[in-house]
Amino acid sequence: MKAERLERFVPFLMVLPSIILIAIFVYGFIGWTGYVSLSNWNTFVPDLSFAGFKNYIYMFKDFRFQSDLRNTLFFSVLFIGSCLVIGLALAVLVDQKLRAASFFRNVYLFPMALSFVVTGVVWQWILNPSTGVNLLLKALGMKNTPLWYVSTRIIPAISVGRIKFGLPVAILAVIIAGVWQQSGFAMATYLAGLQAIPDEVREAASVDGATEWQKFRYVILPMLRPMTITITIMLAHVSLKTFDLVYAMTGPGAGYVTDVPGVYMFETSFRGNHFANGAVIAMVMLICSAIVTVPYLLGRGRRDLGDVDIN
Amino acid sequence: MSTSTSAVPPRSVAERLKAPLLYLLMIAVAVFFVAPVYVMLATSLKPMDQITLEQMWQWPRTFSFQSYAVAFEKLRPNLINTFALVIPATIISSLVGSLNGYVLAKWRFRYADQVFTFLLFGMFVPYQSILIPLIRFLQEIKLYNTISGLVLVHVVYGIPITTLMFRNFYAQIPDSLMDAARIDGAGVWGAYVRIALPLSLPGFVVTGIWQFTQIWNEFLFAVSITQSTKQPIMVALQNLSGSQIVQWNVQMAAALIAALPTLLVYILLGRWYVRGLMAGAVKG
Repeated sequence: MKAERLERFVPFLMVLPSIILIAIFVYGFIGWTGYVSLSNWNTFVPDLSFAGFKNYIYMFKDFRFQSDLRNTLFFSVLFIGSCLVIGLALAVLVDQKLRAASFFRNVYLFPMALSFVVTGVVWQWILNPSTGVNLLLKALGMKNTPLWYVSTRIIPAISVGRIKFGLPVAILAVIIAGVWQQSGFAMATYLAGLQAIPDEVREAASVDGATEWQKFRYVILPMLRPMTITITIMLAHVSLKTFDLVYAMTGPGAGYVTDVPGVYMFETSFRGNHFANGAVIAMVMLICSAIVTVPYLLGRGRRDLGDVDIN
Repeated sequence: MSTSTSAVPPRSVAERLKAPLLYLLMIAVAVFFVAPVYVMLATSLKPMDQITLEQMWQWPRTFSFQSYAVAFEKLRPNLINTFALVIPATIISSLVGSLNGYVLAKWRFRYADQVFTFLLFGMFVPYQSILIPLIRFLQEIKLYNTISGLVLVHVVYGIPITTLMFRNFYAQIPDSLMDAARIDGAGVWGAYVRIALPLSLPGFVVTGIWQFTQIWNEFLFAVSITQSTKQPIMVALQNLSGSQIVQWNVQMAAALIAALPTLLVYILLGRWYVRGLMAGAVKG
């Protein structure tokens, strides 16, 4: 019957508008950005003539972009690492069945509800070298208080390409603000993992005579592995696209010590009209992000997502 | 805790100290998390003569709401812009997500899983990689520098997350309910309106709160797509903090005003917010 055959297409037709929108706004626009990155469009007037990989070569030789790649590497590793450690510690702490534990959990999680702009504005003052935390450090007797995001030191500063490679000390200030905002997410995810572990598992380990630490190290921790992977991927995605936190808190910094690709992309495209260069940065950001998230995405596609419990 | 029976060994010093130490630790960490809010509150409530770098941590000796009056006056047009953006964007993107999630969970046509993955990828794209074409496109359709343009952008890029949330939500509704509707002759649409939608309130609450918070706090699209009078609150806050003339207490008052709506949502509806947070990430 014709009507019945038509009926079978109705579910697909209901999703079709979204498919078309995502096809254009995500996949189509990425292709477009990819094309812009290969064009000569580095002036206000669009010039989409083909330039090959000229802009890529230019960008990878560029001092600021090399600095950005270095900064992103150190920022991502330290930011994700700190969130994992602090998140796990807080989750274990809050999971101790103490009275008011849920109140503390809510306190540790509240910065997640704030904008990175708010976080940046506030931490800019708290880590301002002439006030904030340094007042407390001085009160404790510290003579040479840290310069925080004003520092231009890079440790150990090995010459690589055009830049000094090493940890830019200034980026630690941005990491502190980022961890303040995002470690609650790690805690909440670990907490969900801890609470999903059946009591019998812990009891069985106790019967076997395991100490508290052994139970944690050899029974609980391995069971939290999926949470660690989820948190790492989600936070890697956050750190690779970082823009607003840096833009609001420090800007590129002296000698680009706190610059990140997101800020450079924005400034060179929309303040400098170097759209092809901006597109190169965007494509590099996309590729880095895809390397981390695509395997995860395809992996969760294979497992059925239907059983995820959000209630 | 009985110590009278000999079977239970008396608690050691370490065991008795455990709870107080844990509380001490929890409070110490809480101080770190609350300190920025304290700074915002204390600074914004101080009159001009108490605003010095040396007195940052001191609670105001006398209160002044002057900074709030100044900040609110500056931010009022941007607050209106943000409400004009967030309310329609949240409602429309929740509805779109509900429809997609319903179909993908309950009317699984061939390749439905592939379609879902295709949509979901949009969630993991750094938006910088679509920004240049997006702006050209919005200029082309005359929606650049308009709130409607921003609404469109947030609805489109909200499709992946809202679809994910609602797909998980509808997966929990028993198939038998759907089958009953099918036997009664209801089609996809009929079953959606008569069965699924009336059960969807929790899904709309979780998704709505999530989208509200995300769109309120969003900065990259806002700063790229709008200028001066059309700018949402976060762009205005960033401009305010970047300018040298604006006083420190006004900046802090502005930050609190900008943060207040999402903070209130978190305090009042935190349980639902956390569900949204977990829905986007859980089960690796």
